[in-house]
Amino acid sequence: MDNQIKMQAKNVDFFYGKNQALINVNLDVYANKVTAMIGPSGCGKSTFIRLFNRMNELIMHTTLKGKILLDGLDINSPLVDAVDVRRRVGMVFQKPNPFPKTIFENIKYGLKVNGIKDKAFIEQKVEDSLRKAVIWDEVKDRLNDSALKLSGGQQQRLCIARCLAVETEVILFDEPCASLDPISTAKIEELILELKKDYAIVIVTHNMQQAARVSDYTGFFLLGELIEFGKTTDIFTAPQDKKTEAYITGRFG
Amino acid sequence: MKKEFSQNLGFFGLFLCMVTTLLVLGSIIYFIAVRGFGVLNWNFLTQVPYSAMTKGGIAPVIVGTFYITLGAIIFALPLGLACAIYLCEYSPKSIVVNIIRISINNLAGVPSVVFGLFGLAVFVKFFGFGVSILSGSLTLGILALPMIISSAQEALLAVPQSIREASLSLGATKWETIKNIVLPTALPGILTGVILSIGRVAGETAPILFTAAAFYTRGYPKSIFSEVMALPYHIYALMTEGAHPDRQRAIAYGCSLVLLFLVLFISGFAIFLRQRQRSLNG
Repeated sequence: MDNQIKMQAKNVDFFYGKNQALINVNLDVYANKVTAMIGPSGCGKSTFIRLFNRMNELIMHTTLKGKILLDGLDINSPLVDAVDVRRRVGMVFQKPNPFPKTIFENIKYGLKVNGIKDKAFIEQKVEDSLRKAVIWDEVKDRLNDSALKLSGGQQQRLCIARCLAVETEVILFDEPCASLDPISTAKIEELILELKKDYAIVIVTHNMQQAARVSDYTGFFLLGELIEFGKTTDIFTAPQDKKTEAYITGRFG
Repeated sequence: MKKEFSQNLGFFGLFLCMVTTLLVLGSIIYFIAVRGFGVLNWNFLTQVPYSAMTKGGIAPVIVGTFYITLGAIIFALPLGLACAIYLCEYSPKSIVVNIIRISINNLAGVPSVVFGLFGLAVFVKFFGFGVSILSGSLTLGILALPMIISSAQEALLAVPQSIREASLSLGATKWETIKNIVLPTALPGILTGVILSIGRVAGETAPILFTAAAFYTRGYPKSIFSEVMALPYHIYALMTEGAHPDRQRAIAYGCSLVLLFLVLFISGFAIFLRQRQRSLNG
C-alpha cells in the first residue's frame, strides 16, 4: 500500500535555553495514518509534536535546528506565517481547554478567525463538527450553555470538534486522554480511528496499549532521541532495539 | 481533642477579627447616616444651594463629582488597559520592562496632593485648561492609572496559557487571541480594578483642590472647561469655612452620605457588568 508523506521532521535538534531536548530526530508522518509517539516522561515526545504546528515558539529561549516539512514546505521558513501553518495543522491538547464561552461559540470561534461570516454556513458547520466528534446528541439542546459546564470527556470531544471545524489537514493529539476516564478514553480512541479517513494524525501517549490500539506507526523516544520508528505491529511484536523492547515489555518507564 | 480545641480557638480568633472590622465599618456608616439623614430629602438632591450654602440642595455638587469621576475613568481605563496589554502580552521580558512595572506600582503610593500639584502645573497652567472639569478629570485619571494598570495586569496574567494556545492553534493571530479570548476572560478582574479606582477617585479631595473644585459656583457646570463643586471638597469647605458652622455641619454629613451612595451606585454598575461576565465564564 502506498503511503503518502504528509509531514516530515528532518535532522531536528531542539533546545530549551542550553538544554537539548531533541537530538537529531528524523520521522515521517503519513496521510490517513495514525502515528503514535511513546516514551517515558520527559523523553521529548510532547516537545516534538509541538514543533509540527510551531507551538514551541511561544516559549522563550528555545532554538530549533533542522527542518519540519508540510507537503514538502518548510514551515519554519521566514516566508511562512505561523498562523497559516496552524490553519492546516490543528492540535488537541493534554488537558481539555475549551474557551470560557458557550458551546456554540467555541466551535464558531475557529471559523470566525478564518474569516467566515455566513450565519447559515456556520450553524451547519457547528452541527457537522459536533456530529463528527460524536458529541452532538449530548449537547444539541444546550448549545448556548457554557462549555465549562461539560464533563472532562465531553470538553475534550468539544475541543476535537473545534479543531475539525476549521478543516485542517493534520491533527496533533498531545496526550488527549491523560485526564480522562476509561469510557471517555474509549470514545476518543474510536473517534481517532474514524478521523484518519480524512486526516493525518499524530498522537503522543503515555499509554502503550493506546498506541497499539489506535496507531499504524509508532516512534519510541528516549532522552530526546528517536530510538526506533516503524509500523506499530512491528514495534510491538519484533522491536529491533533492546531499549524499545525493554520499554514496551514494561521493564522501565 | 486537644487539636480540635486549638483549631476552634484559631477560628474564633479569626471570627473576632472579622467582627471588629465589621464594627468599625458599621459605626462609620451609622454615624454618617444618623447625622446626615436629617437633611436628606428630595429638594436636597435636586436643588441648587443658596443663602451661603445653608439652604437649598447640593444637586450641582453631585453632578460635579459624577462628571469628574466619569471623566477620570474615561481617560484612565483605555490608557491603563492598553498599557497593561502591552506590558503583559507584547513587551519583551527584560530588565527595563521590569523597572517600568515596579515604577507603576510605586506610582500608586505617591501622596494624592502631589498629583494635585502636578495637575496644577501641567493641565491647569501648561495646557491652559484652567481650573476645570477637564483638568480635574485628567489629574484624577493619572491617580487612578497605576491601580487600573496593576489590576489589569494581574487579570491578564491569570488567563491560563492553555486557552491562549487553543486559540492560536486554531489559526488565530495574536491580536485576535487577545481581543476575543484573553480580554473577555480577564474582564471580571479588570472591572474589579475599575471599581476600586472609582471609589478612590470619587472621594479624593487633594487632587481636585487646585485643578477642578470651587467652593461655590452659580448653577450647573456649562462645559468641560467649567469649574465645579465636588462632594469631597464641598464637605471640606462646609466644615472649615462659612458663617454658619452648625447648619453647615449637618449638610456636610448629608453630603458624605450622598457621596457614599454615589460611589455605591457607580460601583454597582461595574459589579453588575462583572457578574454578567463571570456567569459567562462559567
